[in-house]
Amino acid sequence: MTDGRIISEQQVAQVARLARLALDADEQRRLTDQLNAILTYMEQLNEVPTKDVEPTAHVFDLVNVYRADETRRTLTSGAALSNAPETEQHFFVVPRIVE
Amino acid sequence: MPGMEPLHVLREQLVSGALNAVDLTEAVLARVDAVDPELNTYVTVTAEQARQQATQAADAFARGEVHSPLQGIPLAIKDNICTKGARTTCASRILERFVPPYDATVMQRLQAAGAVMIGKANLDEFAMGSSTETSHFGATRNPWGNAEYVPGGSSGGPAAAVSAGLCAAALGSDTGGSIRQPAAMTGVVGLKPTYGRVSRFGLVAFASSLDQIGPLTQDVHDAALLLQVIAGHDPHDSTSGDVPVPDYTAALDRGVEGLKLGVPREYFVAGMNAEVEAAVHAGIDTLCQAGAELVDVSLPHTPYAVATYYILANAEASANLARYDGVRFGFRAAEPADLSDMYMRTRAEGFGAEVKRRIMLGTYVLSSGYYDAYYKKAQQVRTLFRQDFQRAFADCDALLTPVSPTPAFRLGERLDDPLQMYLADIFTIPMNLAGIPALSVPCGLTTDRLPIGLQIAAPPFGEDVLLQVGAAFEATTDFHTLKPDGLPAAREGDRYGL
Repeated sequence: MTDGRIISEQQVAQVARLARLALDADEQRRLTDQLNAILTYMEQLNEVPTKDVEPTAHVFDLVNVYRADETRRTLTSGAALSNAPETEQHFFVVPRIVE
Repeated sequence: MPGMEPLHVLREQLVSGALNAVDLTEAVLARVDAVDPELNTYVTVTAEQARQQATQAADAFARGEVHSPLQGIPLAIKDNICTKGARTTCASRILERFVPPYDATVMQRLQAAGAVMIGKANLDEFAMGSSTETSHFGATRNPWGNAEYVPGGSSGGPAAAVSAGLCAAALGSDTGGSIRQPAAMTGVVGLKPTYGRVSRFGLVAFASSLDQIGPLTQDVHDAALLLQVIAGHDPHDSTSGDVPVPDYTAALDRGVEGLKLGVPREYFVAGMNAEVEAAVHAGIDTLCQAGAELVDVSLPHTPYAVATYYILANAEASANLARYDGVRFGFRAAEPADLSDMYMRTRAEGFGAEVKRRIMLGTYVLSSGYYDAYYKKAQQVRTLFRQDFQRAFADCDALLTPVSPTPAFRLGERLDDPLQMYLADIFTIPMNLAGIPALSVPCGLTTDRLPIGLQIAAPPFGEDVLLQVGAAFEATTDFHTLKPDGLPAAREGDRYGL
């Protein structure tokens, strides 16, 4: 709650790191203003008493769905790789992560 | 200007032989060529595939095969529904070249029913928006109002395409109003089914506990026909309901005599556009005169809809959109220094401003220390929304409300004010939070000749009740038959009747 705001520019930078989003200085400043406006609006939920109210993650009471453990046709590796930016043989290629 | 006939009329003409499926598709493609440079309803026109499908349909009709319910019917598909071999962009740079290796379940069902896909229709990037202005491929324009207004969103492309006669009907998706709000703003019918009524397999996920695919059509009869084809359980979507699918067209002639229709007082609030309020009240009166009994009901948590929704939807979105990392599909930033740099820049360059804002918001409300204050709190309020509706439906069969507090707004008017944009969805969000079905039907025009929508909502799996009430409304009104004024370029391609 630095500078009286809900979320500081430093926190915005940290959230951007968590979300793997590179932000430039302008974007970071603008997002800090916008997120503060939106979060301030969301504070109104604090008016609603929710003690002992169960949270809803899903609207219907679903039970676990089982299926028979049978082999089925699925995508070929060629199809699964068809949209990848870079591939080699049957693999996705990414920048080197081990020196 | 003669426009596109409704799906059920085209169906009769195709079956009787008065209309040829190839001529119909060619006429629609010509109309798209003439009109769409101005409206931008399609991201991708799949003309070649459409011609093949139309030829197959025409051949089948020539052989006397008429059983496929959508045989030869030209449709627009929102570009967040996976279509095998036809790129599916979500109107995002990050998926600009993504060609799905499989079809969504709804696409398999449409193909089995003989439908023709004209193209993939525009949307707000990843369906995040209420105006179809955040598309990487440019804004869609509303066919009404001299193309100076937004068509609503996020299914603005499909809605505008139906409104302008650039398809017979369309599929959209609705997470917080994305079928109903653009339907209202473009003067067409939009149906958001019950959560679980239609398979989400192959719908690119935005907020998985809220998303639902549904029809955008020229009238209620068409909505029944399209829903009939796409509804039902799917083993590929474990959240789809294993609930029998009724004969939806059987509901169309039931009338509203004896039905109790609830009017929630929280949906008529100060600050609402006066013309919208008047048109919706007039619509309610129409149904009352047709024999329905009106009941005053209360949905007390309505004012908290937008805050609740934007916490839950964006939390889910931030998790769902984590998959766009430049590894397995989609855009990858050029010459990354290392893996982390690749993730950070791929996402920074691949996503637009609104998507980033929502990922940031969703990540924040899920982060340690804030989870209880925002996410859990919003989930608890969601329970209260469900209880509001359960109580209301104890006293009535369906609810009548406005769709949006305003008619279509001008392009650019709300782009710099995200909160103002979010408030456009206040009357449509509660149904997604509760998982219940709702229908938007045209109920009037403003003095500027912009369409207004009436929303009908029903208990879970009560789509037949929505269609019953909607059809009764259309039986005594002609708002659904009105076509956009102007569109001078349309006359060029307007020759499918030949």
